[in-house]
Amino acid sequence: MAEIIDIRLHGRGGQGVMTSSYLIAEAALLENKYVHAFPSFGPERSGAPIAAFARVSDERFYIKTEIYYPDIVVVQDPTLLGQVDVAAGLKEGGIVIVNTDNPNSEAVVKLRNSLPPGARFATVDATKIAAEEIGIRQTNTAILGALVKLTNGNIIKLDSVISAINERFKHKGADKNIKAVERSFNEVS
Amino acid sequence: MARIAVTGDDAVALAAKAVNPDVVAAYPITPQTIIVERFADFVADGEVDTEFITVESEHSAMSACVGASSAGARVFTSSASAGLMLMYEIIFIAASSRTPIVMAIANRAISGPINIHGEMTDQMLFRDSGWISLFSEDNQEAHDQTIMAFKIGEHPDVLLPVAIGLDGFILSHAIEGIEAVSREEALKFIGGERTAELKLDTKDPISIGLLHLQDYYMEARAQIRDAQERSRQIIVEVFNEWEKLTGRKYKPVESYMMDDAEYAFITMGSSAGNARTTVDELRAKGEKVGLIKIRVYRPFFGDEITKLCTNLKGIITIERAHSFGGPGGIFSTDIKSALFNTGLSPNVAEYTIGLGGRDTLIKDYHNMYYRAKDAFNEGKNLPIYWWGLRE
Repeated sequence: MAEIIDIRLHGRGGQGVMTSSYLIAEAALLENKYVHAFPSFGPERSGAPIAAFARVSDERFYIKTEIYYPDIVVVQDPTLLGQVDVAAGLKEGGIVIVNTDNPNSEAVVKLRNSLPPGARFATVDATKIAAEEIGIRQTNTAILGALVKLTNGNIIKLDSVISAINERFKHKGADKNIKAVERSFNEVS
Repeated sequence: MARIAVTGDDAVALAAKAVNPDVVAAYPITPQTIIVERFADFVADGEVDTEFITVESEHSAMSACVGASSAGARVFTSSASAGLMLMYEIIFIAASSRTPIVMAIANRAISGPINIHGEMTDQMLFRDSGWISLFSEDNQEAHDQTIMAFKIGEHPDVLLPVAIGLDGFILSHAIEGIEAVSREEALKFIGGERTAELKLDTKDPISIGLLHLQDYYMEARAQIRDAQERSRQIIVEVFNEWEKLTGRKYKPVESYMMDDAEYAFITMGSSAGNARTTVDELRAKGEKVGLIKIRVYRPFFGDEITKLCTNLKGIITIERAHSFGGPGGIFSTDIKSALFNTGLSPNVAEYTIGLGGRDTLIKDYHNMYYRAKDAFNEGKNLPIYWWGLRE
């Protein structure tokens, strides 16, 4: 049976969470891996909590369900904490990445303390990075730099993310998005 | 060949682009919208020579398709759920007019309550129309089958429209890697232009779609019946040729781990991926279970299914669809009928899952399996059961 990395992304409608999951899949495919990435839409409206999923494996796999036991959780909107159980089902040794400007806030600390033993926790101010580099508070690309850093490029490499962004945003601001990814790669902690 | 990252809808749009149809008439509806949007891009960017007919409804979309196909054009369209409901009248006329239109369907639940997510009932509903009907397990299959559909439908022994289903969102909006077929390969495979023996032509006029009353209606319908029967062989031939071109093997009914199986899941579409994953896990625990995947739903390849059931103690049908007041699941009723003709009588457990896109987890498949196996060991059948229903 194929060994699969399960990634679950949380955000709100309009924040590009689906695009984040697609970019993970596109980057992984550039490394000739096998992928299945898709969003879980409720009513399609801005601001509503949504999740997106990305499965990545070196081998072909067939599972098509949503992800309930993630290896990695990415939270693009810190206002979800306390509203959505973002770390639900996190696997042993899993990773949680939260976009926040206040790693010491009550909600963030509470999440960090609730994680199972062995879990890794990191924050990055992707909103600030996106605002400064891209000019909009859209964190769907910036957050990926942190993901690559925390996984040591084992799931997707930085170069693959950059290539995927170049392809997807070739008509609109690929360079700025790539800068945002690189900053998030360097600034995650 | 390098695989590219595309959604299921994109995979279908790329297949249509490779085919470069003469005419596309379509109306957008979630979760099929990307297919139409993407194809409109190809038209605007001059990447296809297609005449794209924008229409005000699905009824008009299918009507335009029937008109264009009657004039000998190669025609593609796409829809889902409520869109299909609105074109329902013309769906039947497309079959009776013997117009080999290809339609991709991003399978979606039918209102009401209104819902945009995955379910196959929309496509299974028109099983009695004369359309050939196929389903896809993944994006590669959606891509490949869209191209193969033209060759099947346009074959002079068939001349029937062909529907290709892909699960809404689970495939339509999911990125997977596919090997895309080039235009050169696609047109070499299906033929550069459609050759229609009979078509609307001002120089050689004929009439199509005339009134048939008690005198000839039954004969006209019998011709559809016969074309459906003839399509069985053509479908297999086209699948075999496709394997020669791409190396990808297709069969109307496919099996996995069935050689020594005592029990089998039987399902269609992306659910087959979950059932396959479950089979691997159950096999690792020593369970003798396999998978039968129905790819071609109409015509129904009952003999191929029952052959796989010869040594089974029990079958577990799993359908993302339901017929209210019916004698069981939709295709499971077909299977039971086919089994009756053979004299085989494995026990049967029938499940309805995932209506309106509700997720069915691998642990659910395990539980459905053990529930069925327990009943089978007592010699019992399990009547249709809606899995995961809230109390």
